[in-house]
Amino acid sequence: MIEIENVTRRYGTTTVVDGVSLSIPVGGVTALVGANGAGKSTLLSIIGRILRPDAGTVRVDGLDVAATPGATLARRLSILRQENQVAVRITVRELVEFGRFPHSGGRLTREDVAHVNRAIEYLQLEPYADRPLDRLSGGQRQLAFIAMVLCQDTGYMLLDEPLNNLDMRHSAQTMGLIRQMAQDLGKTIIVVIHDINFAACHADRIVAMKDGRIVADGAPREIVTPETIKAVFGIDVPVHEVDGRPLAMYFA
Amino acid sequence: MVFGGPAGTGFRPRRARTAVACLTLLLAVAIAMFMTYDLKGSLDYALELRGRKVLGMALVGFAVAYSSVLFHTATHNRILTPSLMGFDSLYVLIQTLAAYFLGTAAFLQIDVRLRFGFEVLAMLGFAALLYRWLIGRGERDVYVLVLVGVILGTMFTSLTELVMRMIDPNEFTRLQDRLFANFSTVNQDLLVISAVCVALVTALSWPLFGRLDVVALGREQATNLGVDHERLVSRALLIVAILVSVSTALVGPVAFLGLLVANLSYQLTGTFRHRYTVPVAGLLGMVALIGGQFVLQEFLNFQTRLSIIISFAGGIYFIFLLYREANR
Repeated sequence: MIEIENVTRRYGTTTVVDGVSLSIPVGGVTALVGANGAGKSTLLSIIGRILRPDAGTVRVDGLDVAATPGATLARRLSILRQENQVAVRITVRELVEFGRFPHSGGRLTREDVAHVNRAIEYLQLEPYADRPLDRLSGGQRQLAFIAMVLCQDTGYMLLDEPLNNLDMRHSAQTMGLIRQMAQDLGKTIIVVIHDINFAACHADRIVAMKDGRIVADGAPREIVTPETIKAVFGIDVPVHEVDGRPLAMYFA
Repeated sequence: MVFGGPAGTGFRPRRARTAVACLTLLLAVAIAMFMTYDLKGSLDYALELRGRKVLGMALVGFAVAYSSVLFHTATHNRILTPSLMGFDSLYVLIQTLAAYFLGTAAFLQIDVRLRFGFEVLAMLGFAALLYRWLIGRGERDVYVLVLVGVILGTMFTSLTELVMRMIDPNEFTRLQDRLFANFSTVNQDLLVISAVCVALVTALSWPLFGRLDVVALGREQATNLGVDHERLVSRALLIVAILVSVSTALVGPVAFLGLLVANLSYQLTGTFRHRYTVPVAGLLGMVALIGGQFVLQEFLNFQTRLSIIISFAGGIYFIFLLYREANR
């Protein structure tokens, strides 16, 4: 269980996350949605202890993320940010192998190799596995990073816009994979996502943020309504039912 | 599925291992040549003198290379080296200031080990400050760091010149002999303490290599993978400070040598893993100094200084790297 208590983060005089409290039980996919600059990514980074909050605490399974040794947390919680650039030359397989670092400290065991192969297979990266990361397209690189955190095999996974740079097919596949990991492997996944329809399709719960606060929280059916979308994004959007799922028609 | 290394790793160390083997051989040849070529007069004396020179150069070559690789990892770039950030010019400044305030005679009378100890402490302080101001707070633009480095380096050098001008000219000559040591006049005590320092630092930092590989992936990836990025970076910088103190105390600033050997090492090994880049860079540094010095003194009759050649080649390489980085 992830417990977020009164978390606040400021950049200069701007408050980006404003006293957010939220609790996320084990299992399922939670989507964080909101307009640009709503504080989703900042909140996610704070949960993943990449950023320190100015106030408030985050606990994962009762462990305060600010005080728990990094190595302990890295076996329970993984985070993937949206900007992933690596300054060094590294192949896809090498990168994925680093996902096992929290478990084996750089010396791969047979089990680690199995994890690595599975992750590469899951994300269909075999054709590029031995290519250097800087020779890949943005989407392929994104998939390689997802494979790395998948390989890390943590109970909690935090993904910041994992669909960035991905085409239709890979977006759908990646969301399907996220869904599958939650269902089959019992993982707890928090995903920051731009497209509310992807959230509606694959998340169990949607948390909507605006100006650093949580303004809506519930099942997709409760959130994807013209009223809530208006409140969160400030636009009028018709919502239709397609194949039993709400679909926001924001394209035109 | 194709497996690379023995444990099925995507990283193939064969190339790196070949590089280590070839360079070890090359180093052995260079040392053998340096020690035995054209030996005249008392054998014992000549061998001892040359042996001391070789040890000094090996220490400097290794310390410069190792500190550069660590600095690259800590700052997430491959262009800046401690010497470009003004580390070694600071060391010279500290020495000069000490001589000025204590008086040259008093300064030169202090036990060399004690002096070295204080100088290392001052360097550690500088490394800590640099970390606080510049490197610790997230990732900085490399160009900002280059700029700061150039300014710091110039400032330290100018201050050194200023202080030197304020010292009595006669005393200054005596001081200069000590400050700009060369391999022929390396102090034996200093050599011993330097060797101990380098050995100790290397032994202590070797176990960090795995975690340093993770640090090289960047702050966020390192944090995600459970590596305390800040702690490792600050430790790496402290090691850098000690190594730079050693190399500068022995021969003074060797600009660009670190840049050259560290980057050549990345290219030769094709990896960023410290287990391979550090030994290869270290071997390259030793080969460059010992081999270079040998060629210079036996065939070119000291027509020019090795450091000038290194600065020339390294300077061109530096511009090339900047150019390549800008076009990425």
